[in-house]
Amino acid sequence: MLNQQETVMNKQKRFKIQGPCAYEFDSGNTGSWRIERPQVDFETCVKCGTCATYCPANVITIEKDKEICVDIMWDYCKGCGICANECPKQCITMVEERCGK
Amino acid sequence: MAHYKMLDGNCAAVEAIKMAKVKVVSAYPITPQSTIAEKLSEICENGELEAKYIRVESEHSAMSCAIGAQLTGVRTATATASVGLALMHEVVNVASGCRVPIVMPVVNRSLASPWSLWCDHQDSMAERDSGWLQLYCENVQDVYDTMIMAYRIAEDPRVLTPAMVCLDGFFLSHSMQKVMLPEQKEVDDFIGTYKVKNLHLDPSDPIVIDNLTGSNECTEMKYQQAIGFKNAEDVMEEVFNEFSQKFGRTKAMIEGYNLEEAEALIVCIGSMAGTAKYVSDILRDQGKKVGVLKIVSFRPFPYKKLREIIGNTKKLAVIDRTTGFGGQGAPLWLEVKSALKSDVLVKNYIAGLAGRDVNIETIKNVYTDILEGNDSDDPIWIDCGENVMNIREVLLND
Amino acid sequence: MIDIKKESRGYIAHGVSACAGCGMELILRTVLNALGQDTTLVIPPGCSALFCGFGKETGLKVSTFQGNLENSAAYAAGIRAGYEVQGNNHSTVVAFAGDGGTLDIGLQSLSGMMERGDDVLYICYDNEAYMNTGIQGSSATPLGAWTTTTPTGKPVYKKDLLGIAMAHGIPYCASASVANIKDMTKKVEKAKSIQGPKLLHIHCPCPTGWGSAPSKSIEVSKKAVQTGAWVLYECEDGNIKLNNPPKELKAVQEYTKLQKRFSGINEEQLVALQMGITKNFERLMRMQAE
Repeated sequence: MLNQQETVMNKQKRFKIQGPCAYEFDSGNTGSWRIERPQVDFETCVKCGTCATYCPANVITIEKDKEICVDIMWDYCKGCGICANECPKQCITMVEERCGK
Repeated sequence: MAHYKMLDGNCAAVEAIKMAKVKVVSAYPITPQSTIAEKLSEICENGELEAKYIRVESEHSAMSCAIGAQLTGVRTATATASVGLALMHEVVNVASGCRVPIVMPVVNRSLASPWSLWCDHQDSMAERDSGWLQLYCENVQDVYDTMIMAYRIAEDPRVLTPAMVCLDGFFLSHSMQKVMLPEQKEVDDFIGTYKVKNLHLDPSDPIVIDNLTGSNECTEMKYQQAIGFKNAEDVMEEVFNEFSQKFGRTKAMIEGYNLEEAEALIVCIGSMAGTAKYVSDILRDQGKKVGVLKIVSFRPFPYKKLREIIGNTKKLAVIDRTTGFGGQGAPLWLEVKSALKSDVLVKNYIAGLAGRDVNIETIKNVYTDILEGNDSDDPIWIDCGENVMNIREVLLND
Repeated sequence: MIDIKKESRGYIAHGVSACAGCGMELILRTVLNALGQDTTLVIPPGCSALFCGFGKETGLKVSTFQGNLENSAAYAAGIRAGYEVQGNNHSTVVAFAGDGGTLDIGLQSLSGMMERGDDVLYICYDNEAYMNTGIQGSSATPLGAWTTTTPTGKPVYKKDLLGIAMAHGIPYCASASVANIKDMTKKVEKAKSIQGPKLLHIHCPCPTGWGSAPSKSIEVSKKAVQTGAWVLYECEDGNIKLNNPPKELKAVQEYTKLQKRFSGINEEQLVALQMGITKNFERLMRMQAE
């Protein structure tokens, strides 16, 4: 098969493609959109994962064994506030984003 | 062994599709293409062609299905005519832009309105800038041969451009003629199995096809297509030569007839070329030095070859089977006129609209006008009736 | 093969330019998590085309074709056929289109696909207007809702997509919502396991178009379910089953008051909206009982 795979598997031997297509999986720095950021009260948090379930950007990880049990990827969190709104313990507060993080 | 068979143009196209071993067929019936859809569904059903037939609900979906299927790496088939091609227009451009080399018979029929079931070239001429190769056929043998060659040309990695094989509705689509059909093995050797040579869909080897592209690259991608068209000229030459060696029938992007010391030539497209050749023979017998140029490839247009082939002829009568409203001439005339120096008189004749017969008299009238008429470059509606503005009258309620 | 510049969990980049609080983003992540890598997407122009990316950059790890607005189902049917004739019966072919591309301009090709029985999973994320072009009304816009082309509120009810799907007798169709991710996942998985045409109609909150707070996207969707403005149900082989329906419908105002698109709704429209919602819910309950 004259395979698209060649393109990246063997960087020296790239296969030329004509026409519109995309093959570089990249991510925008959507964290820069943030006006407010979620602040988690880790002591109240019951690690239920509701925030992670509903996060549209999938940037929340529940770290059950860590003190910072709700890990957020700041590069991508848009600060929509769904996590804060849905938290059953209401332990997430949206606070003003500080300049330069 | 190669053998003769009586076929109409539509069946000849189906024979070619069958022998090209397409794997997915999506077709929607429209007069005069319908028997192509019927026949294809029949041979998919009875196993003569091992392919999946998608009974689509429109021509738009017919082309969409064909594009989707061919992007997965198989040869596909569809066919259309007239307003069906017009409905396809949007996705016809997707096929060419994504470099999906589909080969599609277009059974030429007039575009509404007025409604007409019969042949002219308004449908395919409306697609002349949609990035498809356009090859026009003169007779039923030509339909079969052109289809077979079109696969080779369209799928060539230097070309990667879909192709319309245009056959005149009813004049060819429903005309039974004797056709020489090669053996399957010969066709297999000539076309080969379909191999993806460009972007394609494969879940285990993913890419995203046809996403939004910036203005910094759209021009470049369109230029890639332009190069495809440029390369198509060489590829056609190669394919025509090889076909001629293997199958004994010659073909060229532009074909001349009675060119020797010709004073005037008719330039035309499609089935009317046969009549034009016949009339030029009669006139030659009467001592008139006239001949015919048949344009086989309208896209790409062989403008350099045209310059060579006309030699010292100074009078060209271009017959367009379409209107060219508001332009100085119709599409074929525009191409011919712009290819030549101004010392050649190029007159435009509009004829054969909506199946109006381009008969011996029509052709004779064109030859008479180009030989003896004035030098006006306004298009002449050669077969237009008298009292054009008075053909309908209703009673007024006062 | 996709060249990973910035890795992400799952099949979609974390940083895609969907608005903050976008329901569609959550829907596609949920869908792809349930379907896995062996998937081919057809995405028409519209908000969801954001995932396809720009130029040679993309936010998707699965094979995808960006189609036209009205023919996602036809492209998907063609791709399915292409896979089939090459012996690939395992990949899931998914059309992922909005309400405009489904209920308006795409209805014909969708109908063709459903009638023919093509093995395609069609997913309509319904944000109830043409959001990507600037909030123009569609046939999925609910009665009374403001859009830029229904400036005094839409005078007629929204089209019943699942009713249309059921009329085609397809093996499986269901509604879903971001209000219930588990339910959505279950339905995607079920759809994947069934041969033939499947349709999922997923309610998709759009803070930009609905005039709701981005943080309230899930809350609004939950209110839609609680008021019956969105009913979660599925239809398998002609049998309708409501999924955990509310015992008693809350008043529709509970739902509308969270959204500016309903701020201009007049009394008459509100009564009509409530009546339509109640009737629809009762109709579905009756159909379930039958």
